[in-house]
Amino acid sequence: MEKRIYTVSILTREIKALLETSFPRLWVEGEISNFKRHSSGHLYFTLKDENAQIRCAMWRFKADELRFRLEDGLKVLLEADVQVYERSGTYQLVVQQLQPAGVGELQLAFEQLKKRLQAEGLFDSDIKQELPLYPERIGIVTSPTGAAIRDIVSVIQRRYPPAEILLYPVKVQGEGAGTEIAAAIKEFNEYGNVDVLIVGRGGGSLEDLWAFNEEIVARAIFSSRIPIISAVGHEIDFSIADFVADRRAPTPSAAAEIVVPDRSELRGILAYYQERYQSHLLQKLNTFRDKIVAFQKSYAFRRPEDLLYQKVQRLDELWRLIQSNLEYTLDRKKQRLENIRLRLRALNPSEVLRRGYSICYKDGQILKDVKDVKTLDMVQVKLHKGQFISQVQMLGESE
Amino acid sequence: MKKSLTFEKAMKRLEEIGDSLESGDIALEESLKLYEEGIQLIGFCQQKLNEVEKKVQKLSRNAEGEFHTDSLDALPSKDEA
Repeated sequence: MEKRIYTVSILTREIKALLETSFPRLWVEGEISNFKRHSSGHLYFTLKDENAQIRCAMWRFKADELRFRLEDGLKVLLEADVQVYERSGTYQLVVQQLQPAGVGELQLAFEQLKKRLQAEGLFDSDIKQELPLYPERIGIVTSPTGAAIRDIVSVIQRRYPPAEILLYPVKVQGEGAGTEIAAAIKEFNEYGNVDVLIVGRGGGSLEDLWAFNEEIVARAIFSSRIPIISAVGHEIDFSIADFVADRRAPTPSAAAEIVVPDRSELRGILAYYQERYQSHLLQKLNTFRDKIVAFQKSYAFRRPEDLLYQKVQRLDELWRLIQSNLEYTLDRKKQRLENIRLRLRALNPSEVLRRGYSICYKDGQILKDVKDVKTLDMVQVKLHKGQFISQVQMLGESE
Repeated sequence: MKKSLTFEKAMKRLEEIGDSLESGDIALEESLKLYEEGIQLIGFCQQKLNEVEKKVQKLSRNAEGEFHTDSLDALPSKDEA
């Protein structure tokens, strides 16, 4: 019997035919090692278990569909065709589909991206931007048709109606949503005329919220010069966007609570300032009056005494008026604050002049001490109506 | 009142005025001046707080690529896409 002699090519071709027909598309589980991404975008790795290993290739058009990253040590389940590569006499698995074993692919993708961005410093607390305390213009990136925009607008308008709201409508789920959200954040930064951004959407499944776990969104939030509040889903949902944002709000409504102050609280603060100012001014006037009284007692001046008395008396009256007004203020609130405001306004210098006081200047400086003038100095005296220049004839004592 | 005055700046200044008045080492004239300024700022803030709510605007770009805003009438509105 004649020996059958194969050529290498024919043998290889027969092996190829045999192998490839005996193992139609199949599922196999194993651990990834020697993972390499070629510059062409194709992925190469070895799939192994304790006793054996097999080479695998995943072509770019399939690899691009992966939401997570392959890495050594990752346990995977994959669907593949056995393929013999004649040129090198080797066989490999050509991967059609690949999923992590034992954990959902979205979960894995989330964990991987979180770890990677964290290592890169995108979540660092010391680079978070401060939110403005009283934003005048608020930008919102969300769907124009969702519940989120309704909730945000209604809370902002209830708490702080003066705030202006500017929406950049985007798709928040499905193909291309992440890209739209990232682009909207960049648009707001280019536009520039908002003080703070809210980026988010209402609740949904992990799949629905996925856009907010995409790297492109994380990077857009990170690069934003405008501070960003993330508001994705419900309280229990954490997204990558939440970690990168300057502030995470548990829900869209909560973001609106965070972003603006409450108008009635602010009115309270303003009333408090008014009271505080008044009491300090009263204290000041009180001290001033005491000084004048002391001054008057020690002052051996040639001007008619009664004129000085008159002034002291006026100041006394003024002081009593203000004090009684303050007490009145403390009893009731708003109307009185307004009254006092008007009365105290009468204390401004031009009002004081109108009552007969005058101001004496030397070289443009208000004179407060007799030590600052010499006999024969020229001084300027300002009255309610007009002014005159006067020459110092005699000096009294300094206080 | 200056045109560039914002609520935030006014609130900050009110705080400073309060501190200055409390510091006690300023002349009466200065106190009066600060008081007057404070009262004006309080008036400004109260006026700002009394503003009525405005319509939500939508940001987009026109054909020339310039930003423009227009009112969003209904919430939620119909998706234009």
